[in-house]
Amino acid sequence: MSAIEIPPGPPGPEPASEPVLVVRAEGHAASRWYRQPALVAGLVILAVVVGLALAAPLITSYNPITQNLSESLLGPSRQHLLGTDQLGRDTFTRLLYGLRLDLRIGFIAVLLPFCLGIVLGSLAGYFGGWMDTTIMRLVDVVVAFPFYVLIIALVFVLGPGERSIYLAITLVGWVAYARIIRGEILVAKRQDYVTAARSGGLSNVRIMRRHLLPNVISQGYIYAMSDIVQVILAIVTLGYLGLGIPPPTADLGSMINDGQNFLSTHWQLTTIPGLVVVVVGLGLSLTGDGLADLLRPGQ
Amino acid sequence: MGRAGFVVQRLLLLIPVAVGVTIVVFFMVHLIPGDPAATILGIHATPKAVALLHQQWGLNRPLASQYWLFLDRLLHGNLGQSIFYGGSVTSLILSHLPPTLWLLVYATVLTVLISVPLAVLAATRRDGIRDHVVRAVPLVGLGMPPFWLGFLLIYAFAISLRIFPVSGYGSGFTGHLQSMFLPSLTVALALTPVVIRSLRASMLNVLGAEYVVTARSKGVPSHRLYQRHVLRNAVIPAVTVLAINIGFLVGATVIIEQIFAIPGIGQLMINSIFQRDFPVVQGVTLVFAIMVVLVNLLADLSYAALDPRVRFDR
Repeated sequence: MSAIEIPPGPPGPEPASEPVLVVRAEGHAASRWYRQPALVAGLVILAVVVGLALAAPLITSYNPITQNLSESLLGPSRQHLLGTDQLGRDTFTRLLYGLRLDLRIGFIAVLLPFCLGIVLGSLAGYFGGWMDTTIMRLVDVVVAFPFYVLIIALVFVLGPGERSIYLAITLVGWVAYARIIRGEILVAKRQDYVTAARSGGLSNVRIMRRHLLPNVISQGYIYAMSDIVQVILAIVTLGYLGLGIPPPTADLGSMINDGQNFLSTHWQLTTIPGLVVVVVGLGLSLTGDGLADLLRPGQ
Repeated sequence: MGRAGFVVQRLLLLIPVAVGVTIVVFFMVHLIPGDPAATILGIHATPKAVALLHQQWGLNRPLASQYWLFLDRLLHGNLGQSIFYGGSVTSLILSHLPPTLWLLVYATVLTVLISVPLAVLAATRRDGIRDHVVRAVPLVGLGMPPFWLGFLLIYAFAISLRIFPVSGYGSGFTGHLQSMFLPSLTVALALTPVVIRSLRASMLNVLGAEYVVTARSKGVPSHRLYQRHVLRNAVIPAVTVLAINIGFLVGATVIIEQIFAIPGIGQLMINSIFQRDFPVVQGVTLVFAIMVVLVNLLADLSYAALDPRVRFDR
């Protein structure tokens, strides 16, 4: 390791030496969550967005993929709140279904690298030695590729579709989690409670799962909250480039791309889906920042 | 260990990364489902073309010898032949490289010009109105798709106000400077939220340091205090943050070049994907990785130059 590697995540306080301390801090934090305006705003935005996405079939009676060429490129009206696109599909409907799809893929796609990164990071941090060296050299290699370049290249070789997106984002995204968790475990494994657990004869797996992980995983959650914004952006970008979910399925990225040709006459086709992405990102960022403040004990 | 030792050690660390990067790029062929040659060439491929590709990649040899062949060619600067364009991939990439480098340098300069003053504004009046405004910007900026931001800029400055061209690379230095302004600004605006955040945090750290209090109490004028004492120390973590995000910066150019129709290697990559021109995609991926590794090396070395305390220890 070089001396100039910056520590993963914000330099939080030393991990609590007794687990009791952590519990007290969290209990205290949980009782005042509603006093944080940013967190509340974020949660409200998220609730509205997720609610709209879940209730899409109830809110609109149109089908997101059925074409109606006689009604193409209509302006906003009572029947079509945001007008229709070049194939006569209701823009508002496609927006809701696109949001639904992108949120679902986003949440799954952030979970997979989270799990892989946590497992590899714990192994590297706990066992050290050759395992640490191997995993961290692997991290160095993945980091050498620009995020979007590697994802685009992987989706290209794996072929289009949801499965390729999951695989590409997992192969690229685990790195950050592995780094964070490894760093946390390196500190935590020197604590007295780990020595106690070890001298009590507990197995390595049990020490890692029951004693170390609960104490270090909050840093992983904090990172995941900001990571999901990037993951959703990546999915939208892939859709925009035509490498995401194949048409005619509604996806915010492909909607932005379709609307691009009508930017000067029907600006709403491109700007509204983009605005929805910004709102989703804002909601997730606010919530993530708020949760990060709560999860950091003693701040 | 002195600085020379640091540089040598840092260079040695490049070797495993370089080997790893070539292995990843090499194995991309083998991630393609089915017969890679047949899949790449599509359903209309003639058996002759498939056989040619098999021969070019040595697909019928054992894996280790295939990799060896790949490495051997790479060391001779040979990245293979383009399927769609016909010529050698190396010359194709070299001819598309200047616009991308322009975009990268221009975007980095704009990022610094935007984020340093804003971070100073925020940090000097902690928890003031200016601070809150500057801190709110990243929240919106982080969730904004870079390509969508590009559209907004095109719509505002190129279509409505007609100040800048809608797309293209321009000709001559001033032409480039004008044509590349909007794309570079797009990349810079995507990057500034992260940089402002870390620069503000590190400035607040430095402002609380004892030597700043000492300087202030001995009557150093505040503009001099910021120039000589605060900014200089706060800039080191910012350089690292900029370097860590260089992967993002370089990756973003792929998308930005597509929107602004800039003939760089990012656009070459996307076009080649739609032509299913695998050797070009492979070559561009490798070149992008080399760029990131070199920039990180440069950042580490400049870090050592900025901070005399940097030592390399294992």
